[in-house]
Amino acid sequence: MKRIWLLAMLFAAFAWAESGTITIGFTVSKTGKYNVESVNQLHGIELWQKWINDQGGIPVGGKKYKVALKYYDDESKSDRVQQLYSRLISQDKVDFLISPYSSGLTAKAAIISEQYGKVMVATGAASDSIFKLGYQNVYQIYTPASRYLTGTIDMIRAADANLKKLAIVYEDSKFAKAVATAAKGYAKEKGFEVVLFEGYPSGTTDFGPIINKIKASGAEALVGGGHYADGATFARQLYEQQAPLKLVALLVAPASDEFAELGDAAVGVVAPSQWEPLVKYKPTCGPTPAEFTEMYQKAYGKVPAYRAAGGFAAGLVLQRAMMDAGSIDPAKVRKALDAMDITIFFGRIKFSADPATHGLQLGHEMVQIQWQKKDGKLTKQIVWPLDAKTADLIYPAR
Amino acid sequence: MPEILASVLDGLLIGLVYGLAAIGLTLIFGVMDVVNLAHGAVIALGMFTVYLLYKAGIHPYIGLLPVAVIGFLFGVLIYLIAVKRILDGPPLMTLLATFAVSMIITGAGTAIWSTSPYNINFPVTTLNILGYTVTSARLIAAIAAVLVTVFLYIFLYRTTLGKAVRAVANNREAAELMGIPSQQILAVSFGIGTALAMLSGALIATLFPFTILSGGIYELKSFVASVLGGLGNPTGALFGGIILGLIEGSVAPFIEVSWTNVIEFVIFVLILLFFPTGLFGGRR
Repeated sequence: MKRIWLLAMLFAAFAWAESGTITIGFTVSKTGKYNVESVNQLHGIELWQKWINDQGGIPVGGKKYKVALKYYDDESKSDRVQQLYSRLISQDKVDFLISPYSSGLTAKAAIISEQYGKVMVATGAASDSIFKLGYQNVYQIYTPASRYLTGTIDMIRAADANLKKLAIVYEDSKFAKAVATAAKGYAKEKGFEVVLFEGYPSGTTDFGPIINKIKASGAEALVGGGHYADGATFARQLYEQQAPLKLVALLVAPASDEFAELGDAAVGVVAPSQWEPLVKYKPTCGPTPAEFTEMYQKAYGKVPAYRAAGGFAAGLVLQRAMMDAGSIDPAKVRKALDAMDITIFFGRIKFSADPATHGLQLGHEMVQIQWQKKDGKLTKQIVWPLDAKTADLIYPAR
Repeated sequence: MPEILASVLDGLLIGLVYGLAAIGLTLIFGVMDVVNLAHGAVIALGMFTVYLLYKAGIHPYIGLLPVAVIGFLFGVLIYLIAVKRILDGPPLMTLLATFAVSMIITGAGTAIWSTSPYNINFPVTTLNILGYTVTSARLIAAIAAVLVTVFLYIFLYRTTLGKAVRAVANNREAAELMGIPSQQILAVSFGIGTALAMLSGALIATLFPFTILSGGIYELKSFVASVLGGLGNPTGALFGGIILGLIEGSVAPFIEVSWTNVIEFVIFVLILLFFPTGLFGGRR
């Protein structure tokens, strides 16, 4: 009898050693202006957690670690982000971090992660500038802002060799401004004349004055936008006020499925997207795009937006780094991330290991989507790059 | 040149709606010397009321009527609960009381609707007036604002109750001596002021997306318009609103839109420098 007890105890101790829990901390904008995007991202992260825990956890050096998530609502406010990331690290003792949604909030979180030397995978943040500060612990999943609209501009040039006048109108946020500035330089290189280059305040609801300016500038196409709320409003008012543009490409908003609620105002609008369910990447790790989409649909009843995919990808990249490192030691995980060059369902992932741009995403590329009406139904089609397209670009769009 | 006119026209139309909001604020101040800090929250409440009515199948323009009635009743309620007993106390008391009302509305609103943007998606047609594109929603909002103002004037100058409101505003004690039940009149005035604020919120909701926090910016615009027009002077407030809208519209073509607010407030300060009681003088 005693022996059985001893055996049971030994077995229990063995099982204990064989499993552990890794806690990953982050904040979510459950309220405030990033609400839609951020909750999407959360769904992606939660789906990854479920996916990996259903397989028994992350296999690291012979052990399996279950994943636990710890998160708070940051109200889309940067001062909350700073408080909460400090709290996640010092009080909640999380092992690794994922960023909040948006470049502005991530920049704040990055300061904290760097102070405490915690590895943070940044998703939903495309700003380049965060990765030019010499941070050693922050890794970017998204294609950075500097390459965000370059594909869009290539596409416009391919569709219309004669188009000259381009307006660039962007939200005065860290992210949109960085994208717009990079796009301006690239557009000039490609022979466009940028007739209007202007920001609008975050939270703008009346785009009347700006639309009047666009009309006055004689612009033939518009690229710009910012986040969801402003982008959707901008698109709606451009349509209502009949701005004579051959093509409108806006950041973020049109890539969301909610954009379809705009009805006719959505038709023809183009957006660069980090990811689309129809992409044909062949992953070397994790689920295929189709498998991810199916899982997500089963869990949330709708097609995943790229932010949800980005959330899942952030988890997957962390997981892969731990597996590669064979350890959950932060220094070893960092080393694995520096060396990483993989293709997952989200696309290629490779980080800059150069100290000057450490953590910047080098591998991932954007796709361009356009809202098109087919049989009276609005659908999102991939129109660029050509080898990935699901439909031809409709041009002029209106 | 036509582009500038288009901006000015847009500014004029939206300015009328600002004006309506400002009348609500200035009326309450004119009648009872209360600076209503719940004004912005009430505007936001107007937005959500018309939104909920719209979701229930009522067209936003028809919804304006119930919004006005609900606004009036709600205003009377605020007056009876939060303002009445402290009306004769120090001005800070009513300021804090209305601020508390504002926090209650905003807090409850955030809990119910969160701070995410809402939108009334009803079909909007575009009109071409002399070559300028104007959306029907903007035009109707401006016309509605003018109509409400006209009704308010008919009420204030042609009805006994309206005259009583003006009498109480002029001199409450004298009005009481003349047999005017001032408590009822004050409640009615607060009700009307609140109804106007909710109506302007409802009109704004037909133009732009909104959150429960959207009232703040329109409260600020109402203050500016009221002060520009002379505190306590409803006509002045309407013109104050128009001026505000015109400034927004006419400076936009020349500067980056991010600077509009700066210019707006610089002009505001300049006007006050030369017209300390506002462009149209203080109350009546």
